[in-house]
Amino acid sequence: MSNMNLTLKIWRQAGPQDKGQLVTYRVTDISPDMSFLEMLDVLNEELNAKGEEPIAFDSDCREGICGMCGLMISGHAHGPEKTTTCQLHMRSFKDGETITVEPWRAEAFPIVRDLVVDRGAFDRIIQSGGFISANTGAAPDAHAAPVPKDKADRAFMAAECIGCGACVAACPNASGMLFMGAKITHLGELPQGQPERDARVVSMVNQHDHEGFGGCTNIGECSTACPKGIPQDVISQLNKDLRTAMKNGR
Amino acid sequence: MWRLDARYLSLMPTTTLSPRTNTARSTTIALKLLMAVTGLVFVGYLILHAYGNLKALAGEEAFNTYAHHLRTFGEPMLPYGGLLWAVRIILILSLIGHVYAAFRLWSRAGSARRTKYAAVKTAATSQWMRWGGVFILVFVVWHLLHFTIVKISPNADKQGAEITANPYQLVVASFEVWWMVIIYVLAMVALFMHLKHGFYSAQQTLGLTGSPKANARAKTLGLGVAALIVVAFLIPPLSIAFGLIN
Repeated sequence: MSNMNLTLKIWRQAGPQDKGQLVTYRVTDISPDMSFLEMLDVLNEELNAKGEEPIAFDSDCREGICGMCGLMISGHAHGPEKTTTCQLHMRSFKDGETITVEPWRAEAFPIVRDLVVDRGAFDRIIQSGGFISANTGAAPDAHAAPVPKDKADRAFMAAECIGCGACVAACPNASGMLFMGAKITHLGELPQGQPERDARVVSMVNQHDHEGFGGCTNIGECSTACPKGIPQDVISQLNKDLRTAMKNGR
Repeated sequence: MWRLDARYLSLMPTTTLSPRTNTARSTTIALKLLMAVTGLVFVGYLILHAYGNLKALAGEEAFNTYAHHLRTFGEPMLPYGGLLWAVRIILILSLIGHVYAAFRLWSRAGSARRTKYAAVKTAATSQWMRWGGVFILVFVVWHLLHFTIVKISPNADKQGAEITANPYQLVVASFEVWWMVIIYVLAMVALFMHLKHGFYSAQQTLGLTGSPKANARAKTLGLGVAALIVVAFLIPPLSIAFGLIN
């Protein structure tokens, strides 16, 4: 596959309060083996050389495991492949293609600059109840609390969530239910998660709503966009946990 | 047992005992539960309604007797039309709950994303649920005017007191008019799309789909229930329109 020339329409916004707009850039001689972020690095080097302000975007591990990166690429969260933006390669695009790059759009994720959004709302949801209270001290024996295999598997599956926010970005309602469902399922399947189970779901959902996320309408765009493929049934688990908490008088 | 009074909280040395303001009822998921339960009431009613409609295939007498029995059901324990009114009250309350939850969540979704994407198409399903739902609501008003309240009979040759007193004749006269058939067919298309997602969604919201397998099954069930109800509803008007019943 030969190198590619691309047209990029990228959202530029100087600061949280500024008005942003899509700006068109041309990049040439892009290797199909580059990751999408490396392609943006190339563009930024060119902008630097011209004395223009480089494009701000988030990235950290560039291994697809940290959840830091995330861009809306031509209408798809993390682009056309089921992976994170850093693990998306330019071979997924065609020579001459026009690619639109936008930040996650949700009032709960305010734009900091260009393509960078503040996902602090997710942290506050976790702080409100997405944890277990454990005493410090010597670690308990790993066999002290047996976990059935199927529950352990489901907990691990849900724990794969990297909190990138693609679910919110892809959701027509900008809802954070898949993220929350993953955490609720992760802790709810394990014995350590039981004592705070009812309080956890009520606090987390209230925090979620308080942050200004939308409600879930079970469309499923979130699971399709999720780079870790977290399925819809974690949202059903979330709903069930909330209903149980309601029944228990929370 | 003494209970902690909120007035003394400021006197406490620590703030570990803060009054709880979070309740399960105040969440968006509670609104969804309201939506799911009221939606299931409608599904149950639609099945009964479609069953009654199919009586049209059994002829004028069977249909009219059925309509009469709906009013005399439970007599003398219930007054005339007692059951019918009980059902109507349940339906009206469900409608209020369903529409209230829908608009609360719809407006919430609007304010959760004020800036639209330049390159994302909104999922068709959510458009069908919301605008389709509004269409169904308008249709229900028309349908009640047509068959229950005013008994509009657009078929000029058959107008008259005789028709309004005879449900079977009213139905036949109505669906011999082509545009009436089109209105009802369009409403059934909207209903199909609404039920297909709605029935699945209700199961998901009630937390009955806690595995990928159960989730896939719920989707199939939604499709099946929607198809069953809509086909049952379409049979009588189309049979009349194509002259199989007259």
